[in-house]
Amino acid sequence: MRFAARVEVRLRPGIADPEGATIERALPALGFEGVRDVRAGRSFRFEVDAADEGEARRRAEELAHRLLANPVIEDSVLELAPVEGA
Amino acid sequence: MAARVAVVVFPGTNCEHDVVTAMERVGAEASLVWHGDRDLGPADAVVLPGGFAHGDYLRPGALARFSPVMEAVARFAAEGGPVVGICNGFQVLTEAGLLPGALVKNRGLRFVCAPARVRVDSDRSVLTAGLPLGTTLSVPVNHFSGSYVCDPATLARLRDGGQVVLRYLENPNGSVDDIAGVANAAGNVVGLMPHPERAVDALLGSADGQLLLRALVQQAAGVRAA
Repeated sequence: MRFAARVEVRLRPGIADPEGATIERALPALGFEGVRDVRAGRSFRFEVDAADEGEARRRAEELAHRLLANPVIEDSVLELAPVEGA
Repeated sequence: MAARVAVVVFPGTNCEHDVVTAMERVGAEASLVWHGDRDLGPADAVVLPGGFAHGDYLRPGALARFSPVMEAVARFAAEGGPVVGICNGFQVLTEAGLLPGALVKNRGLRFVCAPARVRVDSDRSVLTAGLPLGTTLSVPVNHFSGSYVCDPATLARLRDGGQVVLRYLENPNGSVDDIAGVANAAGNVVGLMPHPERAVDALLGSADGQLLLRALVQQAAGVRAA
């Protein structure tokens, strides 16, 4: 079976996010009022071949933890869905 | 015989020749080792120089950590061999788990390229051994992701263990506790954001980097004699 994975990587709470802060500071000049707590992150998409969803999840999570996110500063969230017809 | 220093080159490393020249100036023999090699060759010390290993894609150091040579570097470090990461090399060492903490984008998203004044706050490392505590050095910084972060428990351990080896006098990047360089618990693995190899001649504005590199060469020679 084939599964589509999406991993969102974001800075952990308490880690300064200068990118998010810079975006937030620019918003009033663009007319966006009342927007707060902007945090920048990254999103990765890939497909995994695996026997079942459990195996796909395990491998995708390992990939996210070992490479896509640095656990010292970042958290990751995995979404997984079967690819129809694959 | 002179201490032998292996200078690791990743695709995108760009300070390797400066490091070789600086190491030779302080009396070492230096040679380049390609990141695809699994063997460091005859080495008494290893330096991971600055640059943009693997294009800094994903995060600085994140992909370099998986280069074949890093297994040899980790083995060398585990056996007590002196390993120093400068700038991007520091980022590689944190990503590889050979040093605690991480380096994130500078405060204010500012790229910094300027001489930095740093103070020696511990002599329990291969890069600062023998240097009087409080010694102030002028060594240039040149980075975008040099803001050192770690959790409070790690910071307390670093402070208590004398692992914070260099601190900025004027913090250029938002590093926690003004940290410019840290060592592992044993003191044989050190990472720093300033570039000592760019401060080896008064003509360059400072020769203070020589003090750090000489300390490294002496430690390397000591390892060899042991």
